[in-house]
Amino acid sequence: MNIRNLISYLLLIIFLGLVQIFFLKNLALFGVAFAFVYLLGILSLPISTRPVPVILIAFVLGFVIDLFYETIGMHTAAATFMAFARSLWLRAISPTGGYVETEEPTLSEMGFGWFLSYSLPLIFAYSLVFFTADQWGTGGLWVILNKSLFSSLFTCLLVILVQLLFFKRRRRI
Amino acid sequence: MLRILQFLYRIRAFILFVFLEVAAVWMIVTNNSPQGAAFFNSSNAVVGSLLKQQADVVQFFSLADANEALTTENAEILEQLLALQVKPDSVSLPLDSAFAATYEFRGARVIGNSLRFSQNYLTINKGAKDGVKPGMGIFNPEGVVGRVKSVSENYSVAFSLLNTGLMVSSKIKSTDVFGSVQWDGKSSTEARLLFVPRHVKTQEGDTIVTSGFNAVFPEGIQIGVISKVAPNEKDPNYLDLTVKLSTDFSKVSYVYLVENTQFNELDSLNRQAEISNEY
Repeated sequence: MNIRNLISYLLLIIFLGLVQIFFLKNLALFGVAFAFVYLLGILSLPISTRPVPVILIAFVLGFVIDLFYETIGMHTAAATFMAFARSLWLRAISPTGGYVETEEPTLSEMGFGWFLSYSLPLIFAYSLVFFTADQWGTGGLWVILNKSLFSSLFTCLLVILVQLLFFKRRRRI
Repeated sequence: MLRILQFLYRIRAFILFVFLEVAAVWMIVTNNSPQGAAFFNSSNAVVGSLLKQQADVVQFFSLADANEALTTENAEILEQLLALQVKPDSVSLPLDSAFAATYEFRGARVIGNSLRFSQNYLTINKGAKDGVKPGMGIFNPEGVVGRVKSVSENYSVAFSLLNTGLMVSSKIKSTDVFGSVQWDGKSSTEARLLFVPRHVKTQEGDTIVTSGFNAVFPEGIQIGVISKVAPNEKDPNYLDLTVKLSTDFSKVSYVYLVENTQFNELDSLNRQAEISNEY
């Protein structure tokens, strides 16, 4: 990751964080579909990033979001879990012949189908941890699954939209 | 030995993950235990000021509503004040200290709010500097809003009534039967009234107000009206009452904080008598 990429990555994180805190915090479609669009900051890290930095970034990011959500630990736990799952999942769905070293797991580079199969399970895993922590001892399993499913679909949709709108499109060979 | 170290190095990502996950769970637990001190929350200065900026913008659009509500309330208070004024020809007696003002009120503004989780919190723009203390009750002209959880210099964080961890001692206004209102984590407009025995005659539309027993809220602040009466399936000794909350939590902006000045005295009396106040 060169310095230019690093700066644009930091800008992306700040932008996503602000959107999350100021606009998406109190948004829940039909009371079940939450949006965790800041996860794009973890999802769009280059494929070659080692698992340890990814987990650390996710931990810090989740913690900052938690401060604003007044849900200390919940986003942190979920984001850390997702970051750990990311490295395993990337290995599991690697195309034959492996990834090209410089590839980023984004919509424009990897295509729609691959990106969906990459992001949707990870976001679902995130939501599952998050809502389990949220509903601990109160809601039932049904509520957790319901919220997780619709939140991951909604988040995935938003993540794709953000990429279509703001990410530089590279010409594919 | 070298093998072990190599093995540990190979699974370093997993070890780090487990370590951070445990740290996160520890944070959740400390934050949710009522006694545990919460170190990180939105009463933090940086977070608080950012939330305040947001609230400044958002609440600008609801100023007209807020103004109207305040005017209505002012009118009501004026009316009560007139009724209380001592007539010049009546006899006045010096009041006993037991009649001295037990409750003190302060105004404040909500700058952070959530209603979609099962533990919801409010952030308020008054802190220790303005005399806010943990345990103070919060209400607005519509009804009960919550209770202060922790306080910093300029801001404080409060349990919303929409927090499954908060119970408010309350009673049915018409019959004086008491119970506790607790949120069940489902709809942001409904809560449950617990511990009302089966023999009590009650019906939909009965008003629920605070009982004043737990010394947090004065008696008679509205909470809501009963919207459904059903026998309790889990515990047949009690009724299962659903309360429609009178406060609209999606647009709580200006609130009152209430402090019981004799709370410490009551609390130590209870402790001396070894009664744990269950509400």
